[in-house]
Amino acid sequence: MKFKPLLLRSADIYQFFQRIFKQAFHAPSEWREVLKQCFAVGNRSFFLVTFTAFLAGVVFTRQSRPSLSSFGAESWLPSLVSQAVIRSLGPLITGLICAGKLGSNIGAELASMKVTEQIDAMEVSGSRPFSFLVVSRVTATTLMLPLLVVYADCVALLGSFITVNFINNTGFKLYFNTVASHITYLDIFSSLIKATFFGFAIGFISSYAGYNSDNGTTGVGKAANTAVVISMLFIFIIDLVMLQFINLFR
Amino acid sequence: MDTSADYLKKSSTAKMGNRPIVASLRHVKKSFGAMEVLRDISLDLHQNENLVILGRSGTGKSVLIKCMVGLIRADTGEINVLGCDVRSLTPDQLDELRLQIGFSFQGSALYDSMTVRQNLEFPLKRNKAIFKKKELEDLVINALKDVGLENTSDKMPSELSGGMKKRIGIARTLILKPKIMLYDEPTAGLDPITATEINELILSVREKYNTSSIIITHDISCARQTSDRIIALVNGLNKEESTFDELKQTKDPDLAPFFSY
Repeated sequence: MKFKPLLLRSADIYQFFQRIFKQAFHAPSEWREVLKQCFAVGNRSFFLVTFTAFLAGVVFTRQSRPSLSSFGAESWLPSLVSQAVIRSLGPLITGLICAGKLGSNIGAELASMKVTEQIDAMEVSGSRPFSFLVVSRVTATTLMLPLLVVYADCVALLGSFITVNFINNTGFKLYFNTVASHITYLDIFSSLIKATFFGFAIGFISSYAGYNSDNGTTGVGKAANTAVVISMLFIFIIDLVMLQFINLFR
Repeated sequence: MDTSADYLKKSSTAKMGNRPIVASLRHVKKSFGAMEVLRDISLDLHQNENLVILGRSGTGKSVLIKCMVGLIRADTGEINVLGCDVRSLTPDQLDELRLQIGFSFQGSALYDSMTVRQNLEFPLKRNKAIFKKKELEDLVINALKDVGLENTSDKMPSELSGGMKKRIGIARTLILKPKIMLYDEPTAGLDPITATEINELILSVREKYNTSSIIITHDISCARQTSDRIIALVNGLNKEESTFDELKQTKDPDLAPFFSY
């Protein structure tokens, strides 16, 4: 990309960002649409998050057990799994699943509305489409990702427990007592903050890609693709930055 | 070729009597990159008038009406609609003005995730803050009756034919009781019978809602049926302005082909 278009694009992204914050706190509120979008976000990703989080818990436990056994440290398994899941695996898996599922959905939906002039139709009837379509979606993903991460953490730990129980016959109480004793408030808090940033990034990037898509059907595909790829990229970047930041408090 | 100044000399007021002007454009220009789409457009729309803008595809007809509602920003010129200078309005003022202008899109632009009822309720909820079920129901049914589709309220846009979509699109704009209607290619892609029905609808909307309309078209039968006055647009300029019967006699090589079919 040449320098001038890059600068123009950066200015456009900044304006989009500014507009979201301005309109999010500008009456009239879009709470009805936000609730609807929150339900859609949860509904769309619920099954995938459940499935992948459960598998992640099972696989991580299965893979870690032999290494720990060789040091005679098998009893550390619940603490290892819980820290890995809550600090990193849970938010990362949920973020990536949602980037794929919600990113493509939001990007394609807004882009096709743009192509078929539905956004223009809202604009010319004075219906404030930006606040209705973009602000509500960004708010919904930002609010829902932390909830999904908490849910994914629980499911992953459940998967881990079932695996441990199956192999060692470890009891539910013992397993989760060990988990609880090794998790700190900082772990939980940092995981939720990270998830909030993931949610905002997914909503923002996907909405930007869709709302500013080029006309034509190829624009719809391009918007969906951009939404997924850039959202995933930003999830890794945010994860890295947050890790550095949180380590300052450990 | 007429320039905008020539157009102004042949004042349209003479043709439209003393009807007040509800929208006027002066020396409007718009380019996309190096391509000049509107080169110097001036026109007046009078109260209760149906003004047809006739021209070939790509002559800037749709761009012209999009400039009038601020969807596209004109590069230069004056655009005055219902006493407001469109180019200098703030976003909130523009939204206020847009409530008085109905815009019927070429592709209907119905919200495809909503039923017909929800499509019609949407502008009422968003702009007039009407949420009472009974009130919404009455307004929706009345608007649907006006376009002859009162039994479609629970259908999805994908279940409707092209002509029905156009009618619902018009009903959605009428529900806000606009003073000006802008129709972008209202008969494009429709069979002649459905196109005639849409033309009749345009005339009945004017009668019932007392609207002034700009109808963008390249369909000569649409122009014949709906126009009080026609402005022919060629290469981004007002080429000719007259009634349909006068224009039919033209020997202009750019316009004569329209009437030879």
